Amino acid sequence: MNPDWSSLGYLMDSKGLFEGMFHSLAGNATMLNIMDFLNIWGLILVGIGLIAGIFTRLAAISGMVLLAFYYLSHPAIAGVTYAIPSEGSYLWVNKNLIELMTLWVIVLFPTWKSVGIDRFLFNKK
Amino acid sequence: MNRREVLKGLATVPVLGAFAYGTWRKRRLDHIRNHKLAKELNMSSESLEYSHYKHDGDAIRLGIIGYGSRGTHLMQAAGFVPPETIKNWKDSMKYNPRDKRYEDFLQQDDLNVVVNGVCDLFDVRAEEALGAADNVGRDVPGRNMGKQARRYMNYQELLASDDIDAVIIATPDHWHARIAIDAAHAGKHIYVEKGLARKVEEVFAIRDAVRKSGVIFQLGHQGRQTDSYIKAKEAVEKNLLGKINLVEVCTNRNDPNGAWIYDINPDANTRTVDWTQFEEPCEVKHPFSPERFFRWRCWWDYGTGLSGDLLTHEYDAINQILGMGIPESVVSSGGIYFFNQPEYYVKEVREVPDVWNTVFEYPHLNFSLLYSATLANSRDRGKVIMGHDGSMELAESLMVYACQESTRYKEKIKAGLIDPNVPIYTYIPGRKNVDTVATATEQYFASRGLLYTYRGERRVDTTHLHIAEWIECIREGKQPSCNIDQAFEEGITAAMATIAYKENRKVFWDRDREQVI
Repeated sequence: MNPDWSSLGYLMDSKGLFEGMFHSLAGNATMLNIMDFLNIWGLILVGIGLIAGIFTRLAAISGMVLLAFYYLSHPAIAGVTYAIPSEGSYLWVNKNLIELMTLWVIVLFPTWKSVGIDRFLFNKK
Repeated sequence: MNRREVLKGLATVPVLGAFAYGTWRKRRLDHIRNHKLAKELNMSSESLEYSHYKHDGDAIRLGIIGYGSRGTHLMQAAGFVPPETIKNWKDSMKYNPRDKRYEDFLQQDDLNVVVNGVCDLFDVRAEEALGAADNVGRDVPGRNMGKQARRYMNYQELLASDDIDAVIIATPDHWHARIAIDAAHAGKHIYVEKGLARKVEEVFAIRDAVRKSGVIFQLGHQGRQTDSYIKAKEAVEKNLLGKINLVEVCTNRNDPNGAWIYDINPDANTRTVDWTQFEEPCEVKHPFSPERFFRWRCWWDYGTGLSGDLLTHEYDAINQILGMGIPESVVSSGGIYFFNQPEYYVKEVREVPDVWNTVFEYPHLNFSLLYSATLANSRDRGKVIMGHDGSMELAESLMVYACQESTRYKEKIKAGLIDPNVPIYTYIPGRKNVDTVATATEQYFASRGLLYTYRGERRVDTTHLHIAEWIECIREGKQPSCNIDQAFEEGITAAMATIAYKENRKVFWDRDREQVI
């Protein structure tokens, strides 16, 4: 845990089709601060939501959006290398994409109806 | 709601609890480790604030002597850029939003100075200098121009002018000594580019003149303003490295421009260049040569190559940290190993080496300083200070590693508190928490300049800070960080390295009699 964390390095390391967009986000101090804020709180809330099963559907969809950004900024395309090495040699499909699909499964199968705090919120008969 | 219902609803809450416990434990362990390390190392925990030099009071009136590429940068650092350049920056910014040159320049502090005189031996450059001097509005052509600065055809006339308080000297090195000495005699404060001079006698003469006149003198080693060097000095003083025995510094570049093969301006001819004046200090005169005029750093007549140009930066960085002064002995060797190929010159092959190695010995301090340079390979070899207990790697950021066999850290390494492969101290400029150990990712991004570039404290041109410090010292009668004493040490040391190469011998310094032998 690092209170000085910033998405700057990650954004600057972006490659592929959307590289320019992510670089310009990193180049703008205001946008960078907004990105950092959204990412930090997004991750915390999505995490709590998914683990405890509170607003699971919203958490899963938000998680998919975050993961989509990660995937687009660091796509697993042939011929690019990133500063943070991955443990495998991915092509097209990487962990971000798999996690994104997994969240989709959660959206499609409403497990929150049986286990999780959502049970109290949405199961009122 | 029955019990089964409640259990199903709260089934996953214990996972959150386990998660929270794990987080708390990790934070605690990190805290203990950082705290113990910080206590052991005893480094001050405040990060360095961007130093604002004061610039109130009357405007300081400047003269610029020599408006080549370095002179241009120095003028920009003082706040003066030709309107055409501003226009180029603005145009470029439209196509490339990441081009921050214009923005950075506008953010630069106003030093409350004016430029009243310019002097350059090439008409084109002199005109550009006038444009920069008059561009007080920091704007594009035709807008907001100030009063007319005066062009002087030689530096003596500029020095004789009574509307100039201080001069920036950015001429080729063979002119440094004469101009600096005359400026001191004329009572003008001096900012002179490195290397201070080419010869030992010149270095002594400059020191005498500056001391006698009492003018405020700054040598152009802007590295003096680098945050990490200031922290490095503290780390050495707190004995993080143990007994220092070897220091290694390097220069690696790999392009013709970096090897001083600059563009030759097509407008340069015998009418636009005062060649006679350019060669006035030379013992042997040469016919007009645009190649020599623009690429002067490649000939001994005007410069000293790697020795005075780039060794001096590295030497001064280490001298700032260790304060070791002039070495007891120097040997140098090298050669022209790459830029002797025909595509890299017009008429004359360069005289100064493109690969150069110098060893400085400090037996009274028990260490050697090694300088190694090539202009035909750009591998980053960094600066490393090596001691019995640890090594310090210096760049924008600073990292200290403990040595496996260290005496001081022996117990802590054994106890697993210190890992010799992980830095025990990291200083990354702009990072708020100096006390905590930086993560591997953070270090990686920092070493590539990708961290904190646009956030927190602004990133400032060190040359601007160096000029700003000099101006503040003029106003307050203080001594700047690279004053005549540091300049003297740099000048003598570089001259010794040059002699060692040219005469192919070991050169000694007699400390008591202040003599090069």
